[in-house]
Amino acid sequence: MLEQIYKAQCLMDSACEKLGRQINIMEVCGTHTVSIFRNGIRPTLPKRLKLLSGPGCPVCVTDQSYIDSVLQLADRDDCLIATYGDMIRVPGTGGSLESKQPSANIKIVLSSEDALELARANPDKTVVFVAVGFETTAPATAVAVKEAATEGIDNFCVLSGHKVVVPAMRALLSEKNHNIDAFLCPGHVSAIIGFGAFGEIVDDFGRPCVVAGFEPLQIIEGLGESCRQLAEGKAEAKSIYTAVVTKQGNTTAQKIISERFEVADGYWRGLGLIEKSTLKLKDKYSRFDAVRRFDISEIPTEDRSGCRCGEVLCGLIEPFECELFEKTCTPETAVGPCMVSSEGTCAAWFKYGREGRR
Amino acid sequence: MCLAIPARIVELEGDRAVVDAMGNRWKAKTTLIPEAKLGDLVLIHAGFAISLVDEEEAKKTWQLIAEINDFRDTPNKVSG
Repeated sequence: MLEQIYKAQCLMDSACEKLGRQINIMEVCGTHTVSIFRNGIRPTLPKRLKLLSGPGCPVCVTDQSYIDSVLQLADRDDCLIATYGDMIRVPGTGGSLESKQPSANIKIVLSSEDALELARANPDKTVVFVAVGFETTAPATAVAVKEAATEGIDNFCVLSGHKVVVPAMRALLSEKNHNIDAFLCPGHVSAIIGFGAFGEIVDDFGRPCVVAGFEPLQIIEGLGESCRQLAEGKAEAKSIYTAVVTKQGNTTAQKIISERFEVADGYWRGLGLIEKSTLKLKDKYSRFDAVRRFDISEIPTEDRSGCRCGEVLCGLIEPFECELFEKTCTPETAVGPCMVSSEGTCAAWFKYGREGRR
Repeated sequence: MCLAIPARIVELEGDRAVVDAMGNRWKAKTTLIPEAKLGDLVLIHAGFAISLVDEEEAKKTWQLIAEINDFRDTPNKVSG
């Protein structure tokens, strides 16, 4: 293992030397962010290698207007809200689901199947599944919708906040002032989409895209591989998480997603409107679409709290550059989603960041 | 949220499975991995198996999950 770490460090050192400038690698996934901090990886890196935390925590990139829609539905007597626990504390304009929880009809579920089960058990209520997440959770939602259709469970619907990762990476690279040299790509999203999905980032933007697992050696080797490519002036899509991620990914899951969903333009917290970056239920399944059932229009709201999660998510600032960080915004009194989520960049910095702040 | 957990399929009927990880058992579905069979190790995410996985990889991830649980239990206080 030491040999592998040494090899990766040599690759990083030589890339920094060869390019003669700071190298910025963005870890897209929130679980990577946590693992990097937890394992104290940042202080071991060359001084000129900087890690940027990207928009890869689905909780963090969910737009406030989406939360507001969920909050509105939670006020209805005829609805039951079924949500993953991660979403419960995320602030909308008028509070969070947690602030409504004592009086309202909000249930935490571990899967879309649990939400469907709630609908079976409560025929007099409409169960609204708060369907968030990237390509890892989207197929689970798709399966539940198909089951609801087959079994005729008409009191089930989903408020799709599902997002796809690659368009967000494209959006970041299309910003004029971005400073991203390479991506450390998410492990489990890639189990579904395959590392081949990052080919378009390589082809169109010339940025290395390396998929790594979550244990520290994988992350260090992933950074080493990104640096090898940068030093050699190459860009490739590659997986070093070979136990799980193949080039083509899980084609069954991809097919299930594309049968039920179509891509649509949509809002991301911090990144704004991104073309073809969200998943919307196809017309064939419109009766299971909460947006159409309840005539919801998601109008993006302006965040006046002073929260700078948007810039954090784009890798433009570090959390401690936000004036609220550690002052009014802490994990206990979170203002922004990056502090709420246990995989959020601000929460990770809050707990472990002092070691890596340099 | 995107962390999947490796678990062994200990019961399987159609695409409905019971899986076991680190002694915890829960229900999951194998709809996305139709080839999964009894005794296989799979990665479970949000109640669904998303990938087959080998023994060594499963052990590494179980160890990481134990560490992340420690991380989450770290008090939310700035010290010093």
